[in-house]
Parts: sequence; structure tokens; C-alpha cells
Amino acid sequence: MTQFYQVFFEEAAELLAEMETRLLGLDLNAPSIEDLNAIFRTAHSIKGGAGTFGFSDMTDLTHVLESLLDRLRKGELAVRSEMIDIFLSAGDILKDQLAGHRGDGKADPAAAAAACVELKRLAAGDAPAITPAAPAAAPAPAPMAAQPAVEPAVSTDKIYRIEFPGEGISVQVMGNLLTNLGQMGALQNLSQPAEKDAAQQCVLKLATDASEEDIWEVLAFMVDVSNLNIAVEAPASEAQPENAASEDAGYGFFQGAPSAPAATPVAAPTDEAAAKSPGRRLSDDPNVEVTRSGRRPDDKLVVSAASETSSIRVSIEKVDQLINLVGELVITQAMLAQTASQVDPVIYEKLLDGMSTLERNTRDMQESVMSIRMMPISFVFSRYPRVVRDLAAKLNKQVELKTVGESTELDRGLIEKIADPLTHLVRNSLDHGIELPEKRVAAGKPAKGTITLQASHQGGNIVIEVIDDGGGLNRDKILAKAKERGLPVKEDISDSDVWLLIFEAGFSTADVVTDVSGRGVGMDVVKRNIQGMGGQVEIDSALGVGTRISVRLPLTLAILDGLSVSVGNEMFILPLGYIIESLQPAEEDVKTVSGRGRVVQVRGEYLPVVALHEIFNLRPKVTEVHQGIVVILESEGRKTALFVDALVGQHQVVIKSLESNYRRVQGISGATIMGDGRVALIIDAAGMIAAAQNKSAQTV
Amino acid sequence: MATTGAAESADIAVGHMANEFLTFRLGKEEYGIEILKVQEIRGYDAVTHIANAPEFIKGVVNLRGIIVPIVDMRIKFQLEKADYDQFTVVIILNVTGRVVGIVVDAVSDVINLGAEQMRPAPEFGATINAEYIMGLGTVGERMLILMDIEKLMSSSDMGLIEQIAH
Amino acid sequence: MAKTILAVDDSASIRAMVSFTLKGAGYVVVEAVDGQDALDKAKSNNDVHLILTDLNMPRMDGLTLIKSLRSLPRYRTAPILMLTTESSDVMKAQGRAAGATGWMVKPFDPKRLLEVIKKVLG
Repeated sequence: MTQFYQVFFEEAAELLAEMETRLLGLDLNAPSIEDLNAIFRTAHSIKGGAGTFGFSDMTDLTHVLESLLDRLRKGELAVRSEMIDIFLSAGDILKDQLAGHRGDGKADPAAAAAACVELKRLAAGDAPAITPAAPAAAPAPAPMAAQPAVEPAVSTDKIYRIEFPGEGISVQVMGNLLTNLGQMGALQNLSQPAEKDAAQQCVLKLATDASEEDIWEVLAFMVDVSNLNIAVEAPASEAQPENAASEDAGYGFFQGAPSAPAATPVAAPTDEAAAKSPGRRLSDDPNVEVTRSGRRPDDKLVVSAASETSSIRVSIEKVDQLINLVGELVITQAMLAQTASQVDPVIYEKLLDGMSTLERNTRDMQESVMSIRMMPISFVFSRYPRVVRDLAAKLNKQVELKTVGESTELDRGLIEKIADPLTHLVRNSLDHGIELPEKRVAAGKPAKGTITLQASHQGGNIVIEVIDDGGGLNRDKILAKAKERGLPVKEDISDSDVWLLIFEAGFSTADVVTDVSGRGVGMDVVKRNIQGMGGQVEIDSALGVGTRISVRLPLTLAILDGLSVSVGNEMFILPLGYIIESLQPAEEDVKTVSGRGRVVQVRGEYLPVVALHEIFNLRPKVTEVHQGIVVILESEGRKTALFVDALVGQHQVVIKSLESNYRRVQGISGATIMGDGRVALIIDAAGMIAAAQNKSAQTV
Repeated sequence: MATTGAAESADIAVGHMANEFLTFRLGKEEYGIEILKVQEIRGYDAVTHIANAPEFIKGVVNLRGIIVPIVDMRIKFQLEKADYDQFTVVIILNVTGRVVGIVVDAVSDVINLGAEQMRPAPEFGATINAEYIMGLGTVGERMLILMDIEKLMSSSDMGLIEQIAH
Repeated sequence: MAKTILAVDDSASIRAMVSFTLKGAGYVVVEAVDGQDALDKAKSNNDVHLILTDLNMPRMDGLTLIKSLRSLPRYRTAPILMLTTESSDVMKAQGRAAGATGWMVKPFDPKRLLEVIKKVLG
């Protein structure tokens, strides 16, 4: 059955996400039945799958979750905000349990147990979680509370339904009685104290391997034997007489129903009244022993998880393999094109026509294949309602989260990587941007702030914006802070450059450092992460009006826009995202600073020169900086001039991992295959700049 | 109902293992490696050098879209000559899920060894460390050093795999 | 000839397991993701011998599906089994009223599923 675990894991994760989204979207004042049904269904489906695959911890929790949800959707209870809280935390526990089964972390059984108790309390409609067996018997003794509910367990236990009048039984006696029965097996108290008439009648359910006589003996000395009824029950069902098959087997047929197997011998009564009348003993039916089918599933058979639906589930490996193959095709096509460009176009007209069709088809195909990996940004956005809800409550702020452009797609790999930086930006906006309600009202704004998450495609990029209508960034404060930190800032620095200072390490302008987003750790990491994905961050802000942080990312991680440069006989790819410009410096602009190596003056700035051939121990064709080319790279606000022999060209390259068969190499972030089939290494620009800065800092 | 197909076939593989060997020469010695670890045999192509890598790691090549490191065993085992010409042979290995190419002097043949033809590794002797020798095989006059290529390739000695720092 | 079973469940993992089990026993399996999907497939496929359906599903639930199928001449007497996580009296009464042939509690083990199917299809 393990081959279906993965399907279940994915499905359960999706269901949990859907449950959370629906819960957060629920209007407490007028909850829609449709939503409640859908939420119920998610819990129900998880329970079904978890049960099938034997994840009993998840089954237990979803069972109580489902019970409460069932009462809500049936309108038996009103939805309250505390319920949403417990549902959300139950969802979190389920996620942990799911992760545990995946072999990825461990769930806390105590948290699950606590959630179960809380859910049961809410399902009981504010009544105490454990209802006493009879009015006189409250509170229920502890051993009983500890017994789990009787599940349709696959065991040799029989399930007995025990009924007797509760009248005249003292709390003490009832306690002993329940304790004794509890020691025999799994005991469940079905008494309904809420119904006044029934309150006199105690109804217990006991799953045990003990015989009926044994139970009789336990009870004989404590209760009125003349009214004591003990009946054998089928698991999890109330002795349904019309089911013409083994109740123990967990299935049954309706007699007289179309196609029901006719000749199943049954020793059950046929009228419902008989079943309901207490005192009737159902003997353990010898005929219900199930005949085991000898037929077994063929082990070799492979099955697709979700066939015949409008979408299919494909493993990411298969998609990546496809992407790799198309990458190969693109390279082969480029190689052919290179060769074909040397033939006589008059003689080989048809060949060249074919080549151009091939090129077009290959490009189209590459685009379509890449689009398989694309996922809507809603996968990321959907987590923020929860983040905002929890954080706003913690900070006593009122915030509404709006999302725009949720269907905008980007690469799955980026989806995973952007989530954390974006979470940080959202938390930052809520913590530092949005003001407290009273402050907002005083400023003439609505008490409730708004954070907007907006995604859109712009050219070959996706732009994700986090917009708040909070206090905005304070130029003077940031500048003061920058000076305090010893950052070199000019007085006439532009606003946009001031805003970018908040991405500097150790920068936080919050008056009070909170435990939410603020020890100044984070924003610099955010920027670094985004740059690592080949992206950029921009800030736009107006004091008192709000702040807009824009993150610009490439659509995919699998393809990189790069500049190829040569050093000696080797070729390297520089990611375009880090390049500001490339130039051949004049001889007089290159200076050697004693102890600091060479610097080059570019537009009034002195930038450290890093020679690629020195880093990689290569024999260059040129050794004088002014004879070669410097490529100005920028990362984290720091610039470095990379000295190479020559520029070769600009390419879109398919990124290949060096680490799948080799190891990580200092200064290299990956590899690609060039048109001639050779491997070119991709320079880790951020790493190289950092190394250069450290080096120059050390030698000062 | 879980299928145990993979586990079963692994058992079968173990049963058959260590029977068929690809033999090759390194200097004066003849070596054998399990044929199951060999993916293919190719000529030596131009490699892309990797900066600051040990000398025996020649660089990486493109093998149908995957980047494969090439190790020159002749340099690794300090043999006198390591020339590259049209006869230079690269054995592409598939060990521990990784694809690695090794350059050797020459590939000889594929041979079957019965249990009676195999002996445990001596404590001393060969160019390579005894740790990486599975045993010795004899075929007539020939003596083969049966190399535990998987162990060798994943060792910190080779530096092909990031070793976890302790 | 192999008999065809229409397996209806909104849970992909349950569908996968049911389908795997049944196919292994030589049945032809048509999967449907909800009641509506099942109804469409039941109408377009003339070889369905048995319908195995979950009850709680989006778009169209299992009971509605059973009622809809029973209103079609072709499925008036076809065996329809409902899969359910709860075997309550209410559920059974509803299933019976809708026209189900029988019920089966989830979770079930594959052997039991085959055993039940075999009882119905012979």
C-alpha cells in the first residue's frame, strides 16, 4: 500500500491548505453552508485517507474535527471565533502529523490530544467534555475518560451494548462499575443526560474479549439485574437488522435492494422495533464468519493516481527530465544551426527552411515544457491570510489583506523560495508599516489598515508587490540610523537610495524592537535571498501614506540570462542580473593601491578589481586591466569590477547542476552546455563579490 | 499489498553480483570492476576545467545533458604517463546514484569469474589502498585486482562528493 | 470478459488504492472524482457492471448519484455499493432509500473490498 502514500501525502496537504483557506474566509456572522460543507468535506476526506493508510493519529484528530464540523454544517451549533482558532490549530497539528508520516519531523501527541479535548468540548456545546453516565454519577470517574471511543477496530473483541436503569446508583458505585468495566476493554458511555427521560437509563458500549457472562458478573452486584440488558453489537453500528451480511466485516447489503446477493444466511431479526426494544439479546452469529477470497491483487500492476480527470499528477522528476531533454534539444538545434549557417543558402534552401522551422518549434516546445513547472502565485499568497490574522491579533492591529493577481504563474522552484522572503516582507509591513488603530484614526485614516499583495507579469519577469497604507518610511529617521551605524551616506542621497538602506545588515527603525520582525535581522537576508533567485527589490514610500516593496523575479530558475566571458581558453557565464555594465577602462583609471590591489575608477567611484584568472588559477590572454574588459557586478549594494579577457556574447542558458555528480565548487553556482556541446561554468556572482569585499576589508 | 519488487530485484542483483567484471589496465596492473557499475565506455573528449580542483580531476564533460566529472586514475595513482590521444578511454560509472567518468590506460574485456577464481584481498601490495580492493581474481595466467569502485569513488580521497564535516 | 467497475471518490489516494486493488483482480476500473463525473461516465460507458461510490463528495454527493443512476433504465438494477466512513443507521436508511445495494465502511482492506465485490458480481 506504500506506493499510495505519496498520493495521500499530496492530497492531504492540499486538503489542509483548502481547509485553512476556507476557514479564514469564513464569515462568522453569516457562515455559508457551502463553505461549512466544504470544510467538513476536507476533514472527512483526510480522515478517510488516513484511515485507509493506517495513520491513526490523523484519523483520531480528524474524527473529532469532523464531528464538530458536522454539527456546524447541520446548524446544530453556531460557528464561533474560538472554533476557527481551534480548527486552525488542529490543521497545524495535522500538518505536523502528516510531516511526521513523511519522515520529516515529528508531531506532538500531547498537542493533538489537547486539540481533541477542546474540539470535543466545543462539539458538546459548552457542556463539560465528559458527560456523566447518569445525573447522580457526575463527575465521571477518570478511568472512563481515558478510554478511547470504540472504533470499528479489526480485533477479536466483541462489542457489547449494556443498558440498565441509572436510578438509585450512587456516584461511588457508578464510579466503581465504570472502572471495573473499563478494565475489561474499551468502554464508551452513550448515556444522554441531555434528554431528561433517557437520563434514567444508562447505556454503555464495551469492546472486550470477555464473555457476556463475565460482564453480567461484574454488573450483577451493582445494578438492578432484572432490568439489565447486555447485547452483542457489530462494530460501529447499532445492530442494524436489515443488513444481510457480516457486520463485523464492515459492510452489508440491503435486502431486496437491486443486485443484493440473495442467499446470505442471516440470523438477525427483520423488524426494527425488535432491535430497538431493550432486552433482546442478539447472539453472536456463527454464519457471519467471512469467507476469505483467495484472489489477490497483482503486485506488478502499476496504476496512475488520478486518471480521467482534467488534470493529472506527474512527479516533478518526470517534468524535470522533460525539461532537461528539451534543453538538450535546444542545444542540438543551436549546434545544427551553427553548422547550417556555413552552407550555401541557394543550394540548401530547403535545409535552411527546415532549420528555421525547427528553431521555431524547439523554442515553442521549450516554452510549453517550462510552463508545466509553472504554478500560480496563489500557492504562496494563500498562506498569508493566516500569517496576517495571527500577527495582527498579537500586535493589536486591525488589518485587511487583499490579494491581486493570484493566478500569475511562476516556476515551482521559485514558488518554494519566494515564500519565506515574502512572509518577512508581509510581517514587516504589518509590524512596522501599519499603525495601531487609534494612531490611524488620529491621522484621519480608517482604523483598519490594508496590506495588498499584488502579482503581475512584466516582460520576462514576475513582479510581486507588498503594499501597505501604513505610516511610510521616515527619511530622517533612516538617515539618522544610518549615521549611527556608521554607514557612509551623503546628505543629498535620493529617497529611493534611502529606502534601500533598510536592507542593510543590522538595520531596523522600529522604535521598539518587537519579537515579530524586528531585531534588524531579516531584511538584509530577504534582499540576499531575492538576489540569489536572480531578482531585485525596490521600495517606494511616502510618509504617512504607505510603502510599496516590489520584488522582481525571473519567471524560471531553469533558464538564466547570462553574459559569456572568456579567460584564456575557458568560457564562463555571468548572470545578467548582477551586471551593471561592462567596459574597457582607460589606462589612467586603473590604479594600484598599496596593500589593496588594483582599483578602477568608474563614474567617480573606485571599485576593487577582481581578476577572474587569479581566482580560478587560469592563464589569461591579457594581464593588463586596460587591455581587457571589466564587468561591473553589484550585489547587496556593493560593486566589484571583474576583470576578464573578453566578452563573448549574451545567451539564455539552461542551468545544469554541477552537484548532482560532483561537488560544490567555490565561486561557481552551476554549469550549462554551450552550442558546441562543451560545458561552461556559471559564476557565483554574489559569492564572488562577497569574497572580494572580505578580501579588501581584510587587507585595509 | 505493498509491492516489494525493488527489494526483490536487489536481492537478485546481489546473487548475481561479483560475477561479471570489466577489466582494464592501469600501468602494469590489471583491474576488474563490477560490470553493473559501468554505464558506458567512451573516448576522451575535451573537458571543462574546474578551478582549484585536484590535478586528477580533469574537469567536467557534457554527457547527453548531464554534467559528469572526469577523474584520471593514472594521475590519481601516480603512474608515470598520462597521455591523451584518440586511444584514451573513459569508463563512465554509475555509483551511488552518481555518474563519474574515469580515465584508464586501456579497457581489456568483460570476464566471468566463478567463486573458485576469486580470492580475498591481500593485506599489502597494489598501487591502490587495500581498503578499496574487494579481492583478487585469476584467469589463466592473468591476475586481476578486483576494485571496490563504489567505495573508492565515494571516498573522501577522491573528493568527488561533499563530505559531511564532523 | 472482464467486468467494469465505476469507482467514485473525491480522494485521489482512495481512488488509486481501490483502482489498484480491483485492476489487480482483473476488473476494468473507470474512475470518477465526484457524483457528477460518475454520472457522466456511467451514461457514456455501456459496460459498467458495478458502481462503488463514496458518499460525501463535492458537486454531487453519493446519495444523489445513486438516485440519479436508479432513474436511468440501464442502472435500475445494477449493483451500487456505497463507501462510507460512518456506518450509522441514518446513513444506511438514506442509502437504502436512495437505492443502494449495500454499504461498506472505509477504511477497508483490499481483500475485504474484493470479497464484497465478488459477492455482488459473483
